Formats: sequence, structure tokens, C-alpha cells
Amino acid sequence: MKRPSLSKERRRAAWLFLTPMLMILSLVAVWPLGRTLYFSMTNATLVDMEHFTFVGLSNYLTYENGRWYGVLSDPQWIASLRNTLIFAVVSVALETILGVLIALLLNTPFRGRGLMRAAMLVPWAIPTVVSAKMWSWMLNDQFGVVNDILLRSGLVSEPIAWLADPTLALASIILVDVWKTTPFVALLALAALQMVPKDCYEAAAISGIHPIRVFYRVTLPLIAPALAVAVVFRMLDAMRMFDLVYIMTGSTETTATLSVFARRELVDFQDVGYGSAASTMVFFIIALLTALYVVAARIDVDGRGR
Amino acid sequence: MRRLFATVGRLLACLLLAIFLLFPLYYAILTSVQSGTDLFRVSYWPTNISFANYSRLWQEQHFAKNVLNSVAVSTCVVAVSLALAIAAAFALSRVRFAGRKMLLYTILGISMFPQVAVLTGLFEMIRLFGIYNNLAALIFSYMIFTLPFTVWVLTSFMRDLPVELEEAALMDGISPLVMVVRIFLPLMAPAMVATGLLAFIAAWNEFLFALTFTLSNETRTVPVAIALITGASEHELPWGGLMAASVIVTLPLIALVLLFQRRMVAGLTAGAVKG
Repeated sequence: MKRPSLSKERRRAAWLFLTPMLMILSLVAVWPLGRTLYFSMTNATLVDMEHFTFVGLSNYLTYENGRWYGVLSDPQWIASLRNTLIFAVVSVALETILGVLIALLLNTPFRGRGLMRAAMLVPWAIPTVVSAKMWSWMLNDQFGVVNDILLRSGLVSEPIAWLADPTLALASIILVDVWKTTPFVALLALAALQMVPKDCYEAAAISGIHPIRVFYRVTLPLIAPALAVAVVFRMLDAMRMFDLVYIMTGSTETTATLSVFARRELVDFQDVGYGSAASTMVFFIIALLTALYVVAARIDVDGRGR
Repeated sequence: MRRLFATVGRLLACLLLAIFLLFPLYYAILTSVQSGTDLFRVSYWPTNISFANYSRLWQEQHFAKNVLNSVAVSTCVVAVSLALAIAAAFALSRVRFAGRKMLLYTILGISMFPQVAVLTGLFEMIRLFGIYNNLAALIFSYMIFTLPFTVWVLTSFMRDLPVELEEAALMDGISPLVMVVRIFLPLMAPAMVATGLLAFIAAWNEFLFALTFTLSNETRTVPVAIALITGASEHELPWGGLMAASVIVTLPLIALVLLFQRRMVAGLTAGAVKG
């Protein structure tokens, strides 16, 4: 039975309910983003953000006196882009593979499974700062536990400078991120696995198909949609990562990610124009990746299966 | 025979996994109860237990103030976010209106914003409002990630509530506001607890805004305080105090998460798996 006046009242109420949230969101997200974009086209500094001139896109890229200037030509920015991509791809790949393996381990009920599930939540519950500091201490080159174990077991002959060596530093950061986030991916994968109907496995067992084959042909395709969502969210998170890198290795160039670079320009060097341009670049890259995903997957948001 | 291999294999895998997951925390606790020169030696078992690190934190570093700051900020942020989100979730999940899909997309998009991208704009605004180095700056800026998250998860949960509820309410002729408060709110209570806890943890852990928008120890939150901990003197390693602070902050969080784990996992997976 349709009651037009009632649905109109409901629609009006809906917009009323939405307005406070939308107002705050616009104030805290949309407007500042616009301002950052605006400032990226000026030469403002942090000390005086009121007197500046408009410089167009020269913070991004410009050619002057026979040289390229701007964020896009900055070798340190390019290095940070490389670091970010390596970090994102490697950590997400490791987290997904390990997460699925752990989920498979926990999928069948066994004694102590509840304890394992609880243990898995511990790295996720620990604040990022604490994880970073804990692992920095364990990876300390002189007094760290990791080097101690390696030296005692004879695997290495000298202590390794985990956080000072350029390649190892990024690897250490990836290690901590994997340690911290694999449980999250594993829980998602477990939830997806538990939605797979048991009859599939029974049928495969009766037919005598090898378990690994069952995994690739039956399980994986069924959990792929949920996994894909997890992978995309993790990728986007990894591309904008700041905390781990800053806390473990500061703002040094060898490990800086896009966000670390942008903040360093903005806050440490006080260059609002240049820093805002770098910040906007991070936003554009993430937006591009998001758009690619949306086009590729056509997210169904209304809950109706397609 | 194959059964035995499988069981032993699984036991081994679980053991290795458990060690990998839990050892860092164990070692942090171990380090926190050692002080002075003990830190220069690597040990795997507690030898001389001392709580000097903890007492120094309280007395000299005013760590208690940092904890209070974090509690205040996180609680306010969660309270405001939940209030705004439950109303928005009702509109987004139960009412069909033009532009609803676009709005949901946009809110999801906002949750993907890199925090650096709004740093300049927020900095300008915070200076303008005069709340630099003030907890209000954090409460305000944290909305950028708590609001989209709470709205998204609560909408997802609300969508699953049966339509019959509203039909019964409509027959009684009550207004939408009363409907939300009297009927939906009690039903959504578990979901709100889960979402609130997740948002609380996110606000508690936030680092970038807390680092950039606060200056003095009076307004620092826990993550920044921990990142900036220094030793008692130049000759002492800061790691003892650092681990003590970490343990103080982490154990309650772990207790919270373990207590509410089923609800929280449901909240997390609802956003991603169903979503």
C-alpha cells in the first residue's frame, strides 16, 4: 500500500538525519582537501600562510633555466613513490597469502582453536606506535633479541643493522606491518571460508580429489570476492601509510613513503606550497587506484546481488 | 597415520604461529621490568625484576596526563560519531531517496582519504579557530576517519533489520525520530558497542594529527608521548621506560579486545565481507 505523503515525510526526515553528519564531514574532509589543493598552487610558507602569490602548477612540475623543478621531478619524491609501491605490494601480498593459510589452519574446529583466535587478535590490538617501538627494540643492532638469536644460532657472524641499512630498513618495516595486519586479513578470510557450504568439501572428498586441488578449484574461487575487497582496502591503506615508517626510521629519505615526504616538506621544511603539492599527489594516486578498482569491480552498494 | 601427521603438523604450525604473534609482547613486558644496566644484556627470562621504569614514568614524564588526554579525546570522538552515525545510518539504510547510492560512494571515498592530503587545510582551520595545541583540534580532526567508518558499518547492520518493525511503527503513526530512538536504537545496541569500540581504538592509536596539532606535553596523547620518550640520562637506554609505557597502554586494550572479540570481529567483517 503506497502512502505518498508518508514517504515524502520519510525522505525529508532522512535528509534531516543526514545533515549534521554531512556538515561535519564537509568541514573536516572536503573543505580542507580543497584548501590543500589551493595552497599547492601558491608559494605560502607555514610561518605566514596569509601572504603568498599564486604560482600555478609550478610546485608540481616546471621547466626553468634548463632544469626541471617541482614535486614530480624531485628524486626524493620519486624515491618515496618507489618505497611506497614496494611496501604496498610486498606487504599486501605477504599478508594475503599468510592470512589465507592461517585461515585454512583455523577453519576446521580443533581443541585450542579459540585460544589461537584470541592470540591472533593481540598484534592487531596493539597500537601501531607500540608495535613499531617493540620491534625497533627487538631489531636493535647492539642489544636486540633478533640479532642475539641469529648470532647464537650461528646464522650470521656479525650483528645486522636492521634499521640503518637502506634495504633492510624497508624490509623491517614490511615485517612489522605483516606481523600487525596478517591477523586482520586472516580473520576476514576465515569469515569468508566459513560461508562456504560444507557440501562442496564433502562432494570433493567423496570424489577423491586431492585437497590442494580442492583448494584451488573450489575454495579459492568462492572466497575470491571477499579476499579481493580485503586486498583493495589493504592496498589503499598501505599506499597512504605514515605511522610505521615515521616511528621506526623517522623522515629519512631511504625509507620515506609518500605521506612521510609530504609531511616533511610541509612541517619540517615549512614549505606549504610544495608540501601541499606533494600531499595532493598522494590523494590523486589513491583516487586513481580507487577509480580503477571501482571501474573494474562495479561495487554493488545497495546490497542487491548482481 | 595420515591423521596423526595432520594433527602433529597442525600443532606445530599453531605453536610457531603463537610464538610469532605473542613473543614481541612477552619481550616488551620482560624489558619493562628490567632497568639500568640489565638492559644492556639480552635475556629471555625475567632475572632481576624491578618496577623502576613504571615509577619513573608516572613521576617524571607525567604519563598519566597523556593517558587522560587520550581517554578524553577518544571518548568524545566516539560519542559524537555514534550519535551522528546512527541517525545517518537510518536514513541511508531504510529510506530510498535520490542520490543515496552516490552519497554512500562518497562517504566510502572519504574514508580512503590520505590524512596528509587534508593536513594543510586542517592546519589553517585549526589555527583560525584558535584550537592549535588543544584537544579540541584532535576531537574535530578525528571525525574524518571515525564518521565514515561508523556510518558505513551501522548502515550495513541496519540494512539487515526486518522491515516489519517499521510497518508496525507506521501503523501506530509515530514520527521517524521516535522510531529511531525507541525501536532501532535498542536493536542496534550490540552493533553500536562493537563499532564504538573499533572507533575508540582507531582514535586512540591515531598518530599523524596528534603529532602535528599538539605541541606541549599537556596536550599530548599516548601515541605521540610514547614515540617521544627519552631516557633518564644520556647514558641510559630509553627502552625500559618505553616498554613500560607500551605495556601500560597495551594491556587494557588487549583485555578490551579479547572481551569483546566476537562483536568486534563481526563489525569488521560486516564492513568488508558483506559490504
